[in-house]
Formats: sequence, structure tokens, C-alpha cells
Amino acid sequence: MTSASGHRSVPPDVGGSRAAAAIEKARSEGRAALIGYLPAGFPDVRTTIDAGIAMARNGMDLIEVGIPYSDPVMDGRVIQEATVEALSNGFTVSQIFEVVEGITRSTDAAVLVMTYWNPVMRMGVRRFAERLAAAGGAGLITPDLIPDEASEWLEVSEDLGLDRVFLVAPSTSPERMHRTVEASRGFVYAVSVMGVTGARSSVGAAAEAVVAAAHEAGAERVCVGLGVSSSDQVREIGAYADGVIVGTALVAALRDGGVEAVARLTRDLSSGTARGSSGRDEGTGDGTADGPAGGAVDSTGHSTGARTSGGPA
Amino acid sequence: MTEMHQATERQGADAGPVDATDVGSVEAFLSHDESLRHAPGPYFGAYGGRWMPESLIAALDELQDTFDKAKADPEFTAQVADLNRNYAGRPSLLTEARRFAEHCGGVRVFLKREDLNHTGSHKINNVLGQALLAKRMGKTRVIAETGAGQHGVASATAAALLGLECVVYMGAEDTRRQALNVARMQLLGATVVPVTTGSQTLKDAINDALRDWVANVENTHYLLGTAAGAHPFPALVRYFHEVIGEETRQQILEQTGRLPDAVCACVGGGSNAIGMFHGFLDDPEVALHGFEAGGDGVDTGRHAATITLGRPGVLHGARSYLMQDEDGQTMESHSISAGLDYPGVGPEHAYLADIGRATYEPITDAEAMEAFTVLCRTEGIIPAIETAHALAGAMKLGQRLVAALRPGEQTDDKVIVVNLSGRGDKDVATAAGYFDLLPDESAEQEIAEDGEQL
Repeated sequence: MTSASGHRSVPPDVGGSRAAAAIEKARSEGRAALIGYLPAGFPDVRTTIDAGIAMARNGMDLIEVGIPYSDPVMDGRVIQEATVEALSNGFTVSQIFEVVEGITRSTDAAVLVMTYWNPVMRMGVRRFAERLAAAGGAGLITPDLIPDEASEWLEVSEDLGLDRVFLVAPSTSPERMHRTVEASRGFVYAVSVMGVTGARSSVGAAAEAVVAAAHEAGAERVCVGLGVSSSDQVREIGAYADGVIVGTALVAALRDGGVEAVARLTRDLSSGTARGSSGRDEGTGDGTADGPAGGAVDSTGHSTGARTSGGPA
Repeated sequence: MTEMHQATERQGADAGPVDATDVGSVEAFLSHDESLRHAPGPYFGAYGGRWMPESLIAALDELQDTFDKAKADPEFTAQVADLNRNYAGRPSLLTEARRFAEHCGGVRVFLKREDLNHTGSHKINNVLGQALLAKRMGKTRVIAETGAGQHGVASATAAALLGLECVVYMGAEDTRRQALNVARMQLLGATVVPVTTGSQTLKDAINDALRDWVANVENTHYLLGTAAGAHPFPALVRYFHEVIGEETRQQILEQTGRLPDAVCACVGGGSNAIGMFHGFLDDPEVALHGFEAGGDGVDTGRHAATITLGRPGVLHGARSYLMQDEDGQTMESHSISAGLDYPGVGPEHAYLADIGRATYEPITDAEAMEAFTVLCRTEGIIPAIETAHALAGAMKLGQRLVAALRPGEQTDDKVIVVNLSGRGDKDVATAAGYFDLLPDESAEQEIAEDGEQL
């Protein structure tokens, strides 16, 4: 398995991984998976759930909800400000399970939690994981947990059938690439650039090399994140990666235009996921009319999406 | 590593300071067959490790590799020794403090004079060593975090000496309060970046330095200022400070013909303490005492007594004791001393606390300032307010040693060494404000109200 875009006649066994199933479903439709991030509790829990549902109904294959944390060293300014606001609005870690349950109850999207490790450690890895599983969560993305330190999480996630998404970077050595790919379940998160989260006009050539190295090391699914903000970037990355992760641009859209803007940006981004064509047909965002934004959603979202993607610093 | 996570959840919020004369802890240590010296990491018992983004692991590996080779390279160790002797002014003196000792129950007290080093504190030991490592790695730029500015000034100094670009991250509030230290760093050619994220304190300065490092790791070394953070930093920073304990051990033997009964140091991140303790780790008859910042008092919630009241967690790359809330969010620390105002602590200290080899207890702002005055007036030495915590600890400890004297023992049979980790010139305005020594409406009064530490 070295080509991300190769169609398979038989769907691979994803071993019960919900994240893998979501990516394989996208693959079977001839496109890269689209993964969207929002921090939980920004500006409040209800809005995060509504925005998550809107993302799922407008073309997002996987939803990533983040736990606001006091020391987010991998995050740039836009996400930092959102998580600071969530915390000052009183967000507590247990509310992440409300968010996950709120989204999974209303949609079929796989929901992963992105979290720095200390909040998980504080609750207890097993207790956290059991609550996540009970809420319908697919697993965890762990930006500051490397497999070397993850023995307890490896064991617990195996027991509960949860996905473990570790990160790989342009600086990752071939040896570490192998170990990280082996330790991952669901997909491998390829960091596109050496840096923190935040929209960038270009994600550079490094991303393609990281994806190739991860595939080479045996990863079946490699998704690219950091700096992706436009449908053009989604298209460019979707040509070689199995999925594309968008964060900062969605956070900025939510901040500036609420849930409607998130729905619009999601539709625009999803137009970039089709492989070998200029974009998806309009209306692929199934159930747009049922979204919480309802009829207020502008179906010609392209110009809005472009504006938003140019927004964040 | 599973055991690592099941490791002792010792000392919840209910645990008080450990009794300094606790014989049981010494016995616990004596049962260890292996040397505690030169612990290489990555783990110190259940602590340490690398809780870090993957993007930085390659840089940590490179640093580890460079450090291992440098330690074994006589050219490198000679370079460090030369800079220590002919630039920093080592060895630093060991001064017997006879008049101060009267306030410590009459036991003999010796001060390890790190305040006499170039730049005025122990910090120079670490920055020179790390700047040399940066050069060996071919890096052209160093970044550093700073609270009050001590480590920032030391980093800027080493960078100037070795021709490296230097960027210092400092909380925006601190850059305003510490305007003179900002100017000092700028005079030395460094760029100071005010940090406006999070709580805008030292921990956020570390966060921003890490964000810079991720993006610029190709040409940049992160010159971390304390014996904390991801492996290899705790072992590496300790290595460059081991000279403190080694000199002290030799000097006290020369001056008294024996080892001390106790060694005292203040603990924020814990770099001066670990450097001092290291010289005596394998001498079970020497009690090791770390003194944390008790702020307004450990029952007020406004303190930085991480080992005393914190719980194990991960922050800035290491598992250690941590001031955190029920959700695992880092809590803000408080101390009159900016250098101790950090919600974490180095992992080797967490380990030494757990096995009972070292004991840690809090000293309040008021106790520290009392000891500050006593040293000024008895010895003619103005200590850093950080260091005043160790001095206050020595005053308490001396009384306890005297109270525990056996029949026939004299007070001056007992010997305490205090690591005088830094000079207090930077703290004059804070101290003058604290003791109300400044005339109203003077410029200095205004500075003192802002908490300026020059």
C-alpha cells in the first residue's frame, strides 16, 4: 500500500477503527477524507455541538474536537485565543464527553478528541477512555504524547477499541516513523510543516515527503494537518494524502461568522477533496437543509470560504 | 512504563512538609545500593521522560547525542573548565557566615558564593555549557525564556561571548516591570520578545519559546534555564551545575575536615539545588533540603510550593510534580521571588522527594524577606530573594538541629551549607518597597510598587 489515491475493489479490514472506516468510505467515493477541528466550549458547549453537526452534514468525514488546555504549545494564536476564551467561559474537561455525545447522537461522523496529555493523565487514562467510549468517541489525537510514553494508552485503547492518532513530522527519523506508524490506530497525523497550528498560504513540499515516508513505513492512512485553510490546499494535499485536516480556518470562521460560516467553509473545503477533478458537485454536503443553520446557509459558499481562509494570521 | 503511571500518588493536598529530622527517609535511602549521582535520564524513577511534540524529538535526540559526545571529549570539558575559571570566575568561594549563624541556633553555616559569579548567579554555569553545545551542533541562534530576567541576561551574555544570535521570551507584564533587565539584555545584543499569551508569565514564556523552537529548530537551540523539561534537559542542565556541589564538597572538607550535616538550596525549577545536591547525593550522612516558595502561605492557594502541594503531571516535556487543578490545567503560582514563581519542578527533585533522599518544604514570602534582612545585616551580603528562601530554611533547620542535639554534642558541631545562588542587586527595589524604605513619590517608589526586580 504505497499509493494514497489507488482505488481498491475490496474495502480493507479496518479492524473496528471508526476513523479508518470514515477515511476508507471517502476513499471508496474517490476522494480524500476531510477532517475538521474545533476546540470544545468555544464559545460554549452548545455551539461546539451545533458546529460539529454542521460540519458533519456539510461534508466533513471526521470531526476533531479539542480539549482547551492551559499550555497549548503546538497551537498558534487563533486556536490559543479560542481555547483561552473557552476556559474563561468555564469549560471543564468532563464537558468534552457532552460534546462528543452531542455530535455522535445526531450524525454518523467519527468524532476524535484532540488533547494535550495532562488532562487525560489527571482524570486517569482508563477512566478518561471509558468515558470517551461511552460518549461514542472514536479515539484520541495526542499532540504531546509520543508512542515512547504511551504504554498505558496503548493498552487501554486496545482494550476499548479506540483509535490512537500519533503525529509524525518532517523531522521524524525513519526509525521513529516506523515505530509511530506501528503504534497508531485509525490514521497517522502528518504535520505538514515545522511549526504550530495556523493558516498558511502554502504548506510546502515537506508535507508530501512526510506522507510518502509514512506510507513507506506501512501506514495505510496518512492525513495532513497544520496550515491547511482553503479548498485549493485541500485539493493539492488530497492528491497524495488519505485525508486533509483543517483547524485554524474553521475556528476563525466560527469566531467571525458562527455556525453558518463553519457550514459554508466546510462545503467549500469539501469541494477540494475529489481526486482527479476540479471539485465535487454541489449538494454533496448531504442534509444541508437539516443542519442547525438550516435555510440560513448560503449554498454559494465559495466566496465566503475563500474570504475566511484568507483571514487568520 | 505502565508502572510509571501507577507510580506513587504521594502527597495529595493534605500532605504537610516532611519533617527534616525524619530518620526513616535516610534509612530508605540507605537501602539503595546504587549511586544516585550522574543519573542520566530519561527517567528519574517515575519522573522525567519526553512529553513533547514529535516535531521536537529529533532536536532532543541531536542534543542528547551532542551532549554525550561532548562529555567524553577532553577538548569540550577543557573549554568548559576554562570558561568557568577565566570568564565566570570559578571556583566560587565558600564563606563561613559566623554572625548569620547566630540566627541559625548557633550551628556553623557556610555560604556557597554563586552570587560572585559573572552575571551574579549560578545561571552562568548552565548557559556557557549549553551555548558551547549549540556551537557544536552548528546552531547560530539560541532562544531562552526568562521570568525576572536572570536567565535571560545570562543567556544574552553567553550568546554575546560566543557570537550567537539570542532571542529571549519574557511575559509582557514582566517586560514592563523589569524594564532595566530588558535593557540589560538589549545592551548585550539580545532581542526580547514580550509574551502576551495565556497568563503572560514564565510558563507562557516557555510555551512561546517552544513554539519558536518547533518552527526554527534547524538553526536554533533552546537554551532552557532550569533542570526541568524534556530529556535530556534535566540531566544536561544538572551536569553544568554539578560544579557547584563538587567545589562545595572539596571546600567544606578543606575548611572543616568533614562533610556537612545538611545542605540547603532554594527550589523553583531546581537547577541550583540539583547542582549543589549532586555533590552529596551518595553521602547519606548529609541531609539535603530544598526550600520552595510558599508565597502568602501554602494554605492560601497563593504559592509556588510544587513538591509540597502539587500532584504528578506533565508540563513542558517532563512528568513531575505540578501545580494543577482537578482538570489537569496548570495553576498560576505566586511568589515574591520571580525566579521561584513556576508551577512545575525538575523531575529529579520529584524523584529525590519520593525516595526520601531530599526533603522539600515551603518558605513564605515573609520568612524569606526576614532572612534576606538578616543576611544583609549580619554578613554584608545582599542575597537574591530566591536565595533568601534557602537562608530562611537554614535558620529553621539550624534551630531543629540544635533541638535534636544528643548529650555531649555542641551547637557548633553541626555544619550547614547554604547555596547562595544569586546576589540581590536585582531585588533592591522590591526589598526597598517591601520594607517601606523609599520616600513617597520617588521614582524608585513607583518602580517598587510595580514589583521591579533590578
